[in-house]
Amino acid sequence: MSENKQPLTTLSDRCADIGPFVPAPDDDMIVCRCEEVTKGEIRKAVHAGLWTIAEIRRYLRCGMGLCQGQTCSKLVKGIVARELGVSPALLEPATSRAPMRPTEMQVIATESEVNF
Amino acid sequence: MKTTADVIVVGAGIIGNAIAYYTAKKGHSVIVLEKSAIVGNGGSSRNGGGVRQSGRDARELPLAMYGIENLWPGLSDELGYDVEYVKKGNLRLGKTPAHLKILEGLAKVGQSCGLDMRMIDGKEVQAINPYMSDEVVGASWCPTDGHANPLKATLAFYMKARELGVQFYTETSVTGLKKKAGKLKIVETDKGVFEGDTIILACGLGARPIASQVGIDIPMSSVLIEALVTEQEPDMFPQMLGTAEADFYGHQTAHGSFVFGGSSGLEAVNSDNGTPVTHSITAPCICRGIIKYMPRLANAKIVRTWAGWMDHMVDGVPVIDRIDEVPGLILACGFSGHGFGIAPAVGMTVSELIEGPDTTVDIFGLTYDRFKAKA
Repeated sequence: MSENKQPLTTLSDRCADIGPFVPAPDDDMIVCRCEEVTKGEIRKAVHAGLWTIAEIRRYLRCGMGLCQGQTCSKLVKGIVARELGVSPALLEPATSRAPMRPTEMQVIATESEVNF
Repeated sequence: MKTTADVIVVGAGIIGNAIAYYTAKKGHSVIVLEKSAIVGNGGSSRNGGGVRQSGRDARELPLAMYGIENLWPGLSDELGYDVEYVKKGNLRLGKTPAHLKILEGLAKVGQSCGLDMRMIDGKEVQAINPYMSDEVVGASWCPTDGHANPLKATLAFYMKARELGVQFYTETSVTGLKKKAGKLKIVETDKGVFEGDTIILACGLGARPIASQVGIDIPMSSVLIEALVTEQEPDMFPQMLGTAEADFYGHQTAHGSFVFGGSSGLEAVNSDNGTPVTHSITAPCICRGIIKYMPRLANAKIVRTWAGWMDHMVDGVPVIDRIDEVPGLILACGFSGHGFGIAPAVGMTVSELIEGPDTTVDIFGLTYDRFKAKA
């Protein structure tokens, strides 16, 4: 962001100027280890208009792998917030979803002995 | 903040984003208003990804067939983002004579509209997909059906439309519609007043209370459906799957995970407390259906489940129409759980409706005035 620009206070205007994407030396760094998503991919996605954790995750799959974001979600949030020039508090975390641990279909399927 | 445009689209799901893209491509200025903080947070990111013609009502089949013939194959290149489109057919599976009867009925509808769709026996099912249980005695087979990634396709339309200069405002709820000199022009929101020559409601269930403000009632209701996704599995098969009784539907994604959707049958009476939450009985029910048809997947691990509402129109197909009583208003809603596959064709068609009543694809059966009481 240029120095005289006011920081965003809301993410509602998706065409607000956040400045250009500037390549950085650590863009190849893997942030989401389960799905092998790099810092550069996340930063580029922000500049393509993906301004929420949910959109970043749905597009790049970071936080969608085996650990479901338990390792990288804070890192991703920090990267997105910094790219947008806003406080991380402005970004809602992705929704946690059942099951809490990966579980075999045949285990989930036997929730009721009557049915199976 | 830009508040006037040729076209105002309400709803940034895949339908609204596709409309915005095709309209901007024609050179019109477009503003999209989205109630949620998240683009594509409704049914667009909560569906099974089917891009199919088989099993569709004859009234919306022309949109499905046009899209698969003309739009889906080049969509990734056109938008500049990979939507993971795969055109490797749809098997709709049956295990009993009653199932086969249902499937034969669906095949007849498709054939009457010129669709390449036929019944095949259990042996042919095995030849196409060797992972099916021996209990599968037949299926309907449509080789030109397929699937794509709904999360990516929804966001791809959004990102491309944004590149073309479409203005998107999220967290912006429509509170009122107003006419100016007999024509709908004004959209009031909690973030300010917007003005356009054409107002398009592409916001699913949300379209009903908004349209009611100008005297138009759209007979939709909310129906909850659920979905689940497995961990990454080795490549098994590329077809889209469904069953005669709709126990489940889904496919293996480019990533390797399997995405399946389904329902427990008790959704209408379960409490949802106002948010689309997964119910503890539904994922087990979907898993039982899957295992019965594909025993090999019994040990595949589920990593995530989710739920969403569909905007179920009373007769199961959407309204895509210009509203005579309210010049300037176009409706594109009520996709009833199968809007994803036709979204590109709907986007193109609505971009034509903005300019006049003539459309490339026949949408004659999708008018807003078709709902009649019993005679």
